[in-house]
Amino acid sequence: MTGRAPSGRVFALHAAVILGLLILNFVLPEYHRGVFSRVLVLAAFAMGYNILFGYTGLLSLGHAMFFAAGLYGAGLPVYHLDWSVAPAFIAGIVSGAVLALAIGFLALRTTGVAFMIVTLMFAQVFYLITLFFTTYTRGEEGLVIRQDLRHLRMGDLDLALTDPSLRYLIALVLFSAVLIVTLFIVRSPFGRSLVAIRENEERMRMLGYNVFTNKLAAVVLSGAFCAASGAAYALLFGYVGSGFASIQYSILPLLWVLLGGAATTLGPLIGTLFMFYIVDFTSGFMPAYLLVVGAALILLILFFPKGILGSIRERWAPWLP
Amino acid sequence: MAFGPYLLLATLEGLVMAAVLALTALGLSLVFGVMRVVNVAHGEFFMLGAVLAWWVSSLVSGNPAIGFLLALIVSPLIVGAVALVSERLVLRRLDYKPEATIVATIGLLYIIQQLVLTFYGPEARPVVAPFDFRIRLPWFGYSSYKLAVIAASILLVLATWFVLTRTKIGLVMRATQYDGEIAQAFGVPVDRVYAGVFALGAMLAAVAAVLIVPIQQAHYLMGLDPLLLSFIVVIIGGLGSLRGTVVAAVLIGLSDGIISVFFSPTLAKIIATSFVALVLVFRPQGLFGAETR
Amino acid sequence: MTEIRTDKAVKSSGLTRRTALKGLGAAAGLMMGPGFVRYSQAQSAEPIRIGFQCHRTGIGAAYGRWYERTTNAAVKLINEAGGINGRPLEIVVEDDGTDPKRGAEVVEKFANQHKVDLVYGTLFSHVVTGSAPAAGELKIPYYVVSEGYHVASGKLNRYCIQPGITDVKAQVRSVAPWIASNIGKKVTLVFPDYAFGHDHRDFFGPAFQEQGGEVVAMLPIPPTETSFTRYFPQIPPDTDAIYHVMVGPAVLTFVKEMGEFFGSQGPALFGFIDSLEAVDLASPGLEFLEGSHFWEGSPRYLQPDASEAQKFYRDAVGIDENGASVNDPKDVSTAAHMFGCWETLYVIKAAMEAADYKGPEDRAKLIEATEAMTEFAEGKEHPQGDKTFNGKIHQCFGHQNISLVENMKLKVVHRTSIEDGIYEPEADYMTMPL
Repeated sequence: MTGRAPSGRVFALHAAVILGLLILNFVLPEYHRGVFSRVLVLAAFAMGYNILFGYTGLLSLGHAMFFAAGLYGAGLPVYHLDWSVAPAFIAGIVSGAVLALAIGFLALRTTGVAFMIVTLMFAQVFYLITLFFTTYTRGEEGLVIRQDLRHLRMGDLDLALTDPSLRYLIALVLFSAVLIVTLFIVRSPFGRSLVAIRENEERMRMLGYNVFTNKLAAVVLSGAFCAASGAAYALLFGYVGSGFASIQYSILPLLWVLLGGAATTLGPLIGTLFMFYIVDFTSGFMPAYLLVVGAALILLILFFPKGILGSIRERWAPWLP
Repeated sequence: MAFGPYLLLATLEGLVMAAVLALTALGLSLVFGVMRVVNVAHGEFFMLGAVLAWWVSSLVSGNPAIGFLLALIVSPLIVGAVALVSERLVLRRLDYKPEATIVATIGLLYIIQQLVLTFYGPEARPVVAPFDFRIRLPWFGYSSYKLAVIAASILLVLATWFVLTRTKIGLVMRATQYDGEIAQAFGVPVDRVYAGVFALGAMLAAVAAVLIVPIQQAHYLMGLDPLLLSFIVVIIGGLGSLRGTVVAAVLIGLSDGIISVFFSPTLAKIIATSFVALVLVFRPQGLFGAETR
Repeated sequence: MTEIRTDKAVKSSGLTRRTALKGLGAAAGLMMGPGFVRYSQAQSAEPIRIGFQCHRTGIGAAYGRWYERTTNAAVKLINEAGGINGRPLEIVVEDDGTDPKRGAEVVEKFANQHKVDLVYGTLFSHVVTGSAPAAGELKIPYYVVSEGYHVASGKLNRYCIQPGITDVKAQVRSVAPWIASNIGKKVTLVFPDYAFGHDHRDFFGPAFQEQGGEVVAMLPIPPTETSFTRYFPQIPPDTDAIYHVMVGPAVLTFVKEMGEFFGSQGPALFGFIDSLEAVDLASPGLEFLEGSHFWEGSPRYLQPDASEAQKFYRDAVGIDENGASVNDPKDVSTAAHMFGCWETLYVIKAAMEAADYKGPEDRAKLIEATEAMTEFAEGKEHPQGDKTFNGKIHQCFGHQNISLVENMKLKVVHRTSIEDGIYEPEADYMTMPL
């Protein structure tokens, strides 16, 4: 439990991570700055997933639909209706949150593996819908959002989201916002009740907690974070396609979170970074790189069965949130 | 085509799909039922079974039935061995912790896929059915082998049911499934049961793959669909219920087949998938699962 | 003279580059392919480096392998002939996993880490579309060999070019007149229910109508489907021909099930060979295709009247008269598409020479030089045939082949004219900023 964590150390750590990432914008080589921009956005996706999986204990195999809801919710209005970036971003988050509310309302009738399968199937439906409306979505081929539409305009200010430094900073702002909100939630009574539901749902019910409402709130929050990540991905990188709604993108956040450490605030970032770089590095020097990726995953989990940060917390740093 | 024959065809197709689903899901239902771990690599065992079937049958010339029968023996043995090795080397060391198992089996998935891609290649390759005359109905033709898949599926389900309920091995497995610790206390070698179940589940997947590959093709990415569909079937049926698995397979197969008569293909998929998902929403324990979880 | 090293030599050069990985690499020697095609003799000039975005893994791997072989063959020849502007060509390969997200990352890696001169070689439309924004932002030329209509539609950006392979819209328009006059006027379309299939749907119908034909039914198949029989009753009985353009590993099932369903009484078939690229036509289950017709970009089987250039190209790439690898007759090539890699590299060479390309600072000049091209003459550089190029939409147009399946081989029975495929351009990249 995180309740007794020394606040000072926790806040210092998170502040240091955000500051460190800020500094990286100015020192990273160009390619790696681009990588970090993408990873930071995707880490927000993973953190959103972690709210539900790590803290609430609900394993979803359908989070691609929330990411894709954000992606399409933001991308389609820009592409078809020439919306500007800010309202499109909000539209993306709203799409994800509304979808999460509806899905949560249905899927939370189930628990455990049934929840996993229900979310998987609803996500499959969402994926098929993006194909069914290929006329508007261009299906798996997807849409390119024109560069000149990807500008943040406020009064006289005109910021091109394609500028590498600005893009990095926006990704960092998104990441930091989700991180801080997550940290805040984890330390709040609401977050503690989520963890308590994960540990013993029956007891919480007997104690008079409305378990369903708490879980529904977690689903919506999680969906909104993932959608924010998807919306940012569409607007920052300019591509919207059905692939992001496929099962692969439901499994990836699970993998990222498990690698970094479920129910840790910073684990999702570590997992996402690890997965990116192991693929990026190994594929650069051998065609059969998936062999190494697979072996690395197995070795990593043998030595860190609770994920990198999860195992570190267990062994050395119990104060980690 | 008139509506009647069309419906007949859709029903036939639905039954074949149900048979394929039941076959594929058998192994997973065993592994998942007894060990309660999400084995993401289960679909890769299926794929490996299909690829090995191609390999074995390509070694044998002459009547395709010989190669096929040989594949039906060799392929499950190899896949079972692979599964056993990965169980001993990895899963056991992880203590079957559900979360760590997911990561490890994703790792296993990458390794198997890459090895098959490297040594077998990226192509889809057909495996010849042991027999395949075309049954000519007045309105359309139909593959006799597809009907044989239905029969094989029924046989294999009955065999599994027999082993589970009428033999000592089955008793031990059910005991482990019911409560591993108590089974251990009664002298059941749980550790070895787990290893055996894991290998047996993989072998069943391979058997299913060999039977199914003549109506599909061996391809290194073919494992994902059977994995997901098996999970769906097993959970909709109700965990640990063989009867449930069969009923769920028939429900999903038939609804998928018959809904496709009335809507455009993608829309039919959307409706069929939503329908099955809603079954689970309103019957969270699955069709034949126990009320409490 | 320069030459491409054999696989073995590539292995060792890969290792010397990264001595830290020596042990691992040696142990995993079998996994090392020609990751870096290196020129062996040091030339005084810096090499021109081309980033090759390759489908090594993922659903496009069968294509990727042959794209890589074709690329290596063309690069070897170009280097043997003195390179480009006196500089040797070096190919840097990165796997995109046939995934649009990874595709974009790979473009960034090429531009910012490998610092290549340009990016080239992508096939799958979603990877092209996913990578296009990165290419546009980084202002790095992106030559694709995809046949999608994405480039010509004008929806990408000025850095995306497709000069080596005709796009789907033109292919479809080219074959429509022949189908109308040789197969039948009533056609049912069977296509995958996503963008690639929709291009066929949207462009074939109107083109076919112009020829007095009619699309009587359309069957969009979801990509998750592995069994097709249930959809065949939706094909109207008065259909003269089925126009099919399925892709992916389930295609064999599709053809086989059509055979089971119709037997010998079915409508005629016209397909796009995309369905069966890298698949042996003599495979069991494909007997049903006997007597049907296929579109081919470039003929898979060596035709009796093949040009010298075509023979030269086939020998260089290493495919036999059946279009399979000379080393393994079971390893069937993706002949209908991979010629585009060869031709694109020669277009790049010609454009670099025209622009007097010196380095990344001349990237815009390179694009303009490519845009200025109008015709490619048939020859060793363009073995598939002559082509025209429209700089406004960055797209080339060539002849298409229609082939008959005869004795489980493809025999070209008609070669369309370039004009058959030409359509009114919908965009003008040349007005867009560089």
